[in-house]
Amino acid sequence: MNASAQKPDRTRVRFLQGNEVCAEAALYAGMRYFAGYPITPSTEIAERLAERLPQVGGSFMQMEDEIGSICAVIGASLAGTKSMTATSGPGFSLMQEAIGYAVMAEIPCVIVDVQRGGPSTGLPTHASQGDVMQVRYGTHGDHSIVCLTASNHQDLFGIVVDAFNFSEIFRTPAVVLIDEVVGHMREAVDVPAPGELDLTERLLTDVPRDVDYHPYAPREDDRLPMSNFGGVHRYNVTGLVHDMWGFPSEKPTIVNDLIHHLYLKLENRKRMLTRWREWSLDDAEIVLISYGSSARSARHIMENRRSVGVPIGMIELQTLWPFPSELIRARCRNAEYVVVVEMNMGQIVHEVKRAVDRPERVFLSNRVDGEMITPTDIKHLIRVIQGKGV
Amino acid sequence: MAATDFLRKRFMPHIWCPGCGHGIIMRALLTAIEKLDIEKNDIVMASGIGCSARMLGYIDVHTMHTLHGRALAFATGVKMARPDLTVVVPMGDGDALAIGGNHFIHAARRNIDMTAIVMNNSTYGMTGGQYSPTTGCGEYGTTAPYGTVVQPFDTVELATAAGASFIARTTTYHAREMARILADAIRHPGFSVVEVLTQCPTYYGRKNEKGDAVEMMERFRDCAVPVGPLDDNGRATAADVEAADASVETIPIGVFRKEVRAEYCDAYRRQVIEPAVAAASAAADAAGGDR
Repeated sequence: MNASAQKPDRTRVRFLQGNEVCAEAALYAGMRYFAGYPITPSTEIAERLAERLPQVGGSFMQMEDEIGSICAVIGASLAGTKSMTATSGPGFSLMQEAIGYAVMAEIPCVIVDVQRGGPSTGLPTHASQGDVMQVRYGTHGDHSIVCLTASNHQDLFGIVVDAFNFSEIFRTPAVVLIDEVVGHMREAVDVPAPGELDLTERLLTDVPRDVDYHPYAPREDDRLPMSNFGGVHRYNVTGLVHDMWGFPSEKPTIVNDLIHHLYLKLENRKRMLTRWREWSLDDAEIVLISYGSSARSARHIMENRRSVGVPIGMIELQTLWPFPSELIRARCRNAEYVVVVEMNMGQIVHEVKRAVDRPERVFLSNRVDGEMITPTDIKHLIRVIQGKGV
Repeated sequence: MAATDFLRKRFMPHIWCPGCGHGIIMRALLTAIEKLDIEKNDIVMASGIGCSARMLGYIDVHTMHTLHGRALAFATGVKMARPDLTVVVPMGDGDALAIGGNHFIHAARRNIDMTAIVMNNSTYGMTGGQYSPTTGCGEYGTTAPYGTVVQPFDTVELATAAGASFIARTTTYHAREMARILADAIRHPGFSVVEVLTQCPTYYGRKNEKGDAVEMMERFRDCAVPVGPLDDNGRATAADVEAADASVETIPIGVFRKEVRAEYCDAYRRQVIEPAVAAASAAADAAGGDR
């Protein structure tokens, strides 16, 4: 994935919008069914896939609403087709119940949420990162979930492919959480050649026809070999708590095992799930933590301050959920100050405070007026923390 | 294969109340599937939430018990991924016409090849007898202690307006005809709606003094009026309905519509996928590169 190390092949560099990158990366990952509903600022994903999917033999479908979209995506995935939907905050709210179904029934799917300002209709065409906690806790009940993000289009391409891989490996919904700035910005992307990025295909059961197959009996590694609908194994899929046959059960031991399985299959595998970048942490007294488009401003001010000798470093999170708390604790151990940069009233900052040894040293640099946070905004906060005044 | 060979017997006994009509519908559906001679592995059933939705657990095909009202949307994804599979969606009246009303009308509009069975007992049974979109005006439910003040949906008219290409109504009294209609509906290449009036003696019957299960089924028998034969356009002639005495309650039953129209998966493949693949292939050939 380290494309920058080699000299880019000019013929495959494309000038793409972030939303278009999501569409192209999904096709690269093997996604062949997309169902969606128009909503700013994600609509370009649907528009591009309406044109591109049929060219590779796939199907695009405009559904009657976002609820129908995510449900159709889950149905198509259960029948063996890698599937995706894309939306923004209001549509993402509508999808929550079905996301919980995909969690409970353990059906792989990918959801792109291109964040806008909220709550409610909010600011459809402006920047915000207010959906972070909704991804984690939006659907009811205990569970874990995969959420990835990126600040630039080159990374975004790989992150979308990762989301498909993780969704198949762990049989979970995976959310690609970008924001309006990343979604609408145009940037050069060195499009990977086929085979350059690893693709994980679905783990299918090797239980032969007419032999009892237990669709919901996890292996020791928590993975569930799947049998697609229409295959040789017939079983029941339900959003109810279920036994290893997928049949409803209220038996306390079965309930307990299932809830633990849904939670721990992801929370115990952060090492594999965590994607991040880091700069200049070795001697950093100030550590910036950011993600998405905010990380572009954070990185700018980090490099700017470094150039005048300030001991500052940075972590850019690409996996938001499950939250990489061990990574954050280790990397911030020697920091005097940790500044979380995000465009909301403070969401990831609370996770960082929970993770580090000295939460009182964690500060929030934010902006919620619909404008992108600037390097100057962050610089001002750092000066205040240092007692230098703005 | 006998109809009962489609049962998952180890999950019996079923959860339905004594007198409930849903078991009659399940039997008719299994009879229809048996008659059509479709492989178990080629059938997918999706359901939502409610008494109706629990039917799936007992049937030995690929079964997907989904969210309240959303079964048609899940089924749409399955059908798009595997157009070769036979898709059947049993739903309740609240499931299909209240919370799932939007998916119902759009599935009908698309004419996607699946069979929606609306098991209409005029109440929300699983939650204890609240009024539903098919509870008659003035009738009672636990949430309509003074009677409802709204008109019920007519499932057949709604499906007609929305564009379903096969539409029928039958009742649990007409069990054998129901099996024939369901077979016809499953065989039909398009979106099929079969409304089955079914009795809920536990809640709707009791709240509305409709008597026990037998009396409720006798009412279906006495009120049923068959619609006329289909005309050249596949639409039922309504002569028999109008011939009935207007002062007596009537339930028109039979096949109301059966017309051949472009089916969604087929139309999408012919109009969109095939030309797009051909154009992409031609473009790649023109560029001279490997695809």
